[in-house]
Amino acid sequence: MRAVGIVLAGGNSNRLKELSHKRAVAAMPIAGGYRSIDFALSNMSNSHVQKVAVLPQYNAKSLNEHLNSSKWWDFGRKQGGLFVFTPTITAENGNWYRGTADAIAQNLAFLKSSHEPYVIIASGDGVYKLDYNKVLEYHISKKADITVVTKTLHEEADTSRFGVIRTDEDERIMEFEEKPIVSDINKVSTGVYVIRRRLLIELIEQAAEDDQFDFVKDILIRYKNQKRIYAYELESYWSNISTVDSYYRTNMDFLKKDIRDYFFKEYPDVYSKVDDLPPAKYNVGSNVRNSLVSSGCIINGTVENSILFKEVYVGNNVTIKNSIILNDAYIGDNTYIENCIVESRDTIRANMKYIGAEDNIRIVVEKNERYVL
Amino acid sequence: MGLIFTHTNWHKQIKGKKLEVDDVIKKEMIAMLLAGGQGSRLGVLTANVAKPAVSFGGKYRIIDFPLSNCINSGVDTVGVLTQYQPLKLNTHIGIGIPWDLDRNIGGVSILPPYEKSSNSEWYTGTANAIYQNLEYMEYYNPEYVLILGGDHIYKMDYEVMLQFHKDNKADVTVATIPVPWEDAGRFGVAITDDKKRISEFEEKPANPRSNLASMGIYIFSWPVLRDALIKLKDQPSCDFGMHVLPYCMEKGDRLFAYEYNGYWKDVGTLAAYWEANMELIELIPEFNLYEEFWKIYTKSDRIPPQFISKDAIIDKAIIGDACEIYGEVHNSVIGSGVYIGPGVVVRDSIIMNSSSIGDRTIVEKAVIAENVVIGNDCHLGVGEEAPNVLKADVYAFGLTTIGENSVIPGGIKIGKNTAISGVTEPGDYPNGILESGQVIIKAGDRQ
Repeated sequence: MRAVGIVLAGGNSNRLKELSHKRAVAAMPIAGGYRSIDFALSNMSNSHVQKVAVLPQYNAKSLNEHLNSSKWWDFGRKQGGLFVFTPTITAENGNWYRGTADAIAQNLAFLKSSHEPYVIIASGDGVYKLDYNKVLEYHISKKADITVVTKTLHEEADTSRFGVIRTDEDERIMEFEEKPIVSDINKVSTGVYVIRRRLLIELIEQAAEDDQFDFVKDILIRYKNQKRIYAYELESYWSNISTVDSYYRTNMDFLKKDIRDYFFKEYPDVYSKVDDLPPAKYNVGSNVRNSLVSSGCIINGTVENSILFKEVYVGNNVTIKNSIILNDAYIGDNTYIENCIVESRDTIRANMKYIGAEDNIRIVVEKNERYVL
Repeated sequence: MGLIFTHTNWHKQIKGKKLEVDDVIKKEMIAMLLAGGQGSRLGVLTANVAKPAVSFGGKYRIIDFPLSNCINSGVDTVGVLTQYQPLKLNTHIGIGIPWDLDRNIGGVSILPPYEKSSNSEWYTGTANAIYQNLEYMEYYNPEYVLILGGDHIYKMDYEVMLQFHKDNKADVTVATIPVPWEDAGRFGVAITDDKKRISEFEEKPANPRSNLASMGIYIFSWPVLRDALIKLKDQPSCDFGMHVLPYCMEKGDRLFAYEYNGYWKDVGTLAAYWEANMELIELIPEFNLYEEFWKIYTKSDRIPPQFISKDAIIDKAIIGDACEIYGEVHNSVIGSGVYIGPGVVVRDSIIMNSSSIGDRTIVEKAVIAENVVIGNDCHLGVGEEAPNVLKADVYAFGLTTIGENSVIPGGIKIGKNTAISGVTEPGDYPNGILESGQVIIKAGDRQ
């Protein structure tokens, strides 16, 4: 294979509010059966990138549990495989990852010992399908030093949480501004990059020498004029889930037939860890409409326009509307939930009411009262 | 159970001898799972697949239950003896990953009949099949061999049974289940003394003296099994119940009856198969798949959740992953990746993986195997019951049975006690109807 992969899964996002207390963004549950990082890992696997390093840092427990075996994404091979490099203290270094470039710098041995000519860098918080080989071919045809995968958002979209990019007519990047306060550009970086391995090593070493730690600021923006940096426009669905609103919308997108078919039915598949759960069970009194339901759920009440993740229990006479219920939540009888995200393993008591607003989704975090010793 | 490093093994090494390979790979108990049967009483469901590979309870296959029991009981070496239509079974089991039976030493091995330098033959009986794999068992040189079948739904801790075997210093332990006295005449029953030592077997007795029915599950002390298999090697169609156990009894071996008191369901007939599936959708089913401590594992290829449309109605059902439900589902078991179109009504039925039901079709009391396509505006289960013309005892109970990979064109009506297998066309249905009791079995592939 021509490339090794790096998945940057370090990030915490306080814009995910309470949802990020428990887990890194890359471990956020998506569309019932997946975690956010599954999309990048499946893209790697489906692009035949067979040697992939994941660089987590913030609250990696959920993520590490999810990555407990490389076989889910078909990385269980003799050649290559899946490597998870959490930060460690060594004789030379006692720091956490101080940024994305630093995370790579601290694991430079992985890159140095590889023989593949290219590196594909992806982030763990994007929901998309992409054949990285197409980006690689584009990269080669443009004789680019670095290629950045971009997505043009619709005109009203808020670009302030992204890196915005202006290109010339040849798609060469002329301007790159990280998290602009105001911007009239709606082409944003997806956090997916292709670069020659030797050049990446060189740039990372240079940045480390200068005590610079951020891949975007200290490499992309710094070398914007000296290096040939190109944009590869992603035409298909792409969504970043690092705010509560975008997380909610991205999940709800899967209730749309075209998006569901694109991810669930069209080749290639998105892979994830297999949980050994029984099929979903609907008891008398269940009334489920326009919803996604995952394995292991037991439903006795009403569920509308919602997404139930795995092993959710919905009690008698419960109503759930326009909500996301994460794994293993228990909803007691007669409870009403609307426009909410219910955190995983919550125990919601009977006769409760949780109501959020359409433009202000409420996050419900309750104690787990079931597994008390 | 894993490896055993007994005192003697280490002793040998200390005395300067090399640790024998045999000692390293030795297992306390290995399982031999008989999965070669056709299960002809399941009719077209087993036309192209062995019975243990038939779907059950939505996402599972029958063999998942004994395999999961093995790993949950700490038995990590399982030989699966296959013979009849093994393709689906082989692809399902693979190297045993779903059951954690992919092991460096032991794990799951598929054991088909094979050609030998002399006397090559198919597996002619349960014990004959085991005899032909003597070498496999000798390789692991276990203390005990657990013999299992692949056609029951149950959760059982074989380790408890092994403890019973050891406590009684038994040579053979037969797992038994108490059945209602009025049914005892349909089983092979074991007559025991008060210490559960078996004094006699009775096969389908007219006046049963015991209600402990044999479950076809045995633990043998390995030397006893080995001796019996070799002594009986020329017995035609050598069978455990008919030949091996009587031989052991006669020889004066210690045979004990282990009494199992849990859910145990034979799904060997279409009616029993249908009933066992329907029991799963009770509010609190007797056989509960939702228990954490005794999980049933299976190979699941599908990750996406199921989608329930805004017009769908579901009450009392279990539904597998990646299904799309646009119509109504009542009192049914639906496998993974099933499509149920708008206006469809499914009632009291089983629909296995990857099948698709066209718009406005009505399905009543049907068993629909995997990968079946049913057109729009069909009606399954119409009219009055009539005995089946081909196999009245198999296709009964008012069920409509559709074999795997079948196609039924749009607008067709299908009666009760019927069976369809293969790609059918409108011309196969005079007046657009298959009357109750009729059968269509066609060869040929789907376009």
